[in-house]
Amino acid sequence: MEIHAYEKFWLAAALLLIVGLIATVSYGAVGAGIEMIGDEGGTVDPEALDDHPKFGDPGVYESGEDEYDVYVVAEQFAFRPGTSDPIEVPANSTVTFHVTSADVIHGFEVVGTNANTMAIPGQVATFTVEVDGPRDYGILCNEYCGSAHHAMEGTMEVVPEDEYDGPEGGD
Amino acid sequence: MATFVDRYPEEAAVVRATFVVAFVSLGIGAFFGLIQALHRTGYVRILDSVDYYTILTGHGVLLALVFTIFFLLGLFTWAVARSLERPLPDIRLTWAWFGLTTTGATLVAVAILAGLIPSLGVSADVLYTFYAPLQAHPLFYAGLTMFIVGTWMAGADWFLAYRAWRADNPDDRIPLQTFMVLTTMLMWYLSTIGVAVSAVFFLLPWSFGIVETVNPLLTRTLFWFFGHPVVYFWLMPAYLLWYTVLPKLAGGRLFSDPLARVVFVLFLLLSTPVGIHHQYLDPGISEGFKFIAMTNTMFLLLPSLLTAFTVVASMEHGARQRGGEGYFKWLGALPWRDPAFTGMALAGLMFAAGGFSGMINAGMNINYLIHNTLWVPGHFHMTVGTAVALTMMAGSYWLVPQLTGKRLYSRPIGLLQVVLWFVGMVFMSNAMHRAGLAGVPRRTAEPQYQSFDFSTALGSVGELQAQIAFGGFLLFVSVVLFLFNILLSSFETPMESPVDDSLPAPLSGAEGSPLVLDDLRLWTGIAIVLVILAYTLPLGSIVTDAGLFGDSPGFPVLIDAVAMLKEVVA
Repeated sequence: MEIHAYEKFWLAAALLLIVGLIATVSYGAVGAGIEMIGDEGGTVDPEALDDHPKFGDPGVYESGEDEYDVYVVAEQFAFRPGTSDPIEVPANSTVTFHVTSADVIHGFEVVGTNANTMAIPGQVATFTVEVDGPRDYGILCNEYCGSAHHAMEGTMEVVPEDEYDGPEGGD
Repeated sequence: MATFVDRYPEEAAVVRATFVVAFVSLGIGAFFGLIQALHRTGYVRILDSVDYYTILTGHGVLLALVFTIFFLLGLFTWAVARSLERPLPDIRLTWAWFGLTTTGATLVAVAILAGLIPSLGVSADVLYTFYAPLQAHPLFYAGLTMFIVGTWMAGADWFLAYRAWRADNPDDRIPLQTFMVLTTMLMWYLSTIGVAVSAVFFLLPWSFGIVETVNPLLTRTLFWFFGHPVVYFWLMPAYLLWYTVLPKLAGGRLFSDPLARVVFVLFLLLSTPVGIHHQYLDPGISEGFKFIAMTNTMFLLLPSLLTAFTVVASMEHGARQRGGEGYFKWLGALPWRDPAFTGMALAGLMFAAGGFSGMINAGMNINYLIHNTLWVPGHFHMTVGTAVALTMMAGSYWLVPQLTGKRLYSRPIGLLQVVLWFVGMVFMSNAMHRAGLAGVPRRTAEPQYQSFDFSTALGSVGELQAQIAFGGFLLFVSVVLFLFNILLSSFETPMESPVDDSLPAPLSGAEGSPLVLDDLRLWTGIAIVLVILAYTLPLGSIVTDAGLFGDSPGFPVLIDAVAMLKEVVA
């Protein structure tokens, strides 16, 4: 098969680009420790969330020193907690989100960050973020979930450590 | 004899019919696009935001499935008859698949548009991806199934034509255009298994109430099993035109036939075992499986990068044949006044930009920043929305005269049209990418929220919205110009040769490409093995998690009508 010299050069450059892209992601996962969503969250019965020890009473739970678990139920068209009550966590803590859906597929996106996951009924999405200084964040649903999808939003408040009055797990 | 319509009048009639369906869908879909661009930026809101999702579903289905695939059906019919130099084996089979695909597409369109008239009690506001447990009317899933089965019949038609040709030409290489059609269809057969299983075994019985629940992650994964290869099903007609027609329009000939075959084989092998890259953020699929999908995806860049080389090299060769010189000055010698050439060249240019934003999407970790934001539609309006759609429109300026025996009504209007599309897309797509970086979500009627604002790194949200609305307006005007130009062309008087339809042989011909490239059985076998490797374990674990039929009851999108019905019954 006849391959032109320039073609060979281009082919080599293309392969280099491809391998380079895979290498950066591999480094991100192993070296920089960027956490991604896998199957660690396990499953849950979407019809029986009320009987679940945590999703039955969703909210912020303390799991260790400066470590918190946040259980969030997404449903047409609100986040529990998030929509009527903000998710409140202290600054400079490690927060693990556990997100599931009570009905259809939703999205859970902390606006302007890479804290972003799908909320799929029956599945629990689990991911951990490092929270820094005090700030308010918006939360929105980024997967179409029905006629009022555009109204599905919430907030997360990162408050100074000394103003934090403890987790309200099951608010 | 003069041109395609004179040599193959019956095939030309089918191709014209598929193009009519494609262009009607293009017109309606583009109008819906204009409504969306003005609605979500807040400039003009003629509909309630609830109806935005009906329009959005219609826009996605009519443009991404109906326009592109009907154009493909016509183009491939043209390419097979033309390159095998024989009519299709039985024109009744050809009309049968046209009838089935058209009926299926019409049922889907009716199910979607009925959502605008609540009293009908039919709705399919489930968007192009129809993720369960959102539930559409059964008509939607039934029409979709008919449409897919119709495309399978079309593939069978082309394979039968090839078999008849092979009986008469036992030792010849498969003509390049037919080779492209056959490899594309093999990829399509393999990948549509996912959506067919999802619709026939799970969604249709569930929408009829025969089974009560569905496993949302399973049907979603089956959708993406089909949902990524379908983008190559859109793209391969554009590639066929870039490889076999664009070099001729540029004044030259294809650079390399063997490399073209390699590219299509790579697409057959790699298009399907990548779908999970749309599910990087899905719980229930382990990171390892996502990593495998990402690796395959990155290697899928290779055939597109090779295409970029071949297309540019062929254009340069054409320009030099026309007297072009120098390192870059040859660009000026290209036939920029020809709308078919200019449209395809601009489409290719934008595809390069779309390819780079696609690399970001494919990056498993950086994807988290842009997943389901406006960045994603920004990306695919460059790829399917320009590389594919603009190539199809530009290609029509050269193809339609061969199907009607009539010249194009106006080349200058055609030129204005393709340039307008490019400019409109630069505004709209660039602004969508930037808005996505600020976190603005896609698929949302009103991306304004009560409790927070979006902040952009550069410029302002208002400026981005102005660009999206303005770009969308230019794109709509471009479609209107295209449709009028094609419509007015049909009133021209027939002539002997309305367009130069000869295609010169490649610089490096088929004789230089290894025979193994034409071994379609081998490549299909490898493609099946790759799919089994990529999908067996993830699908197995999804089914183990929640069972084949899962735990999720249906959530019909027509909540009001259901409530109304309950009242009537009570």
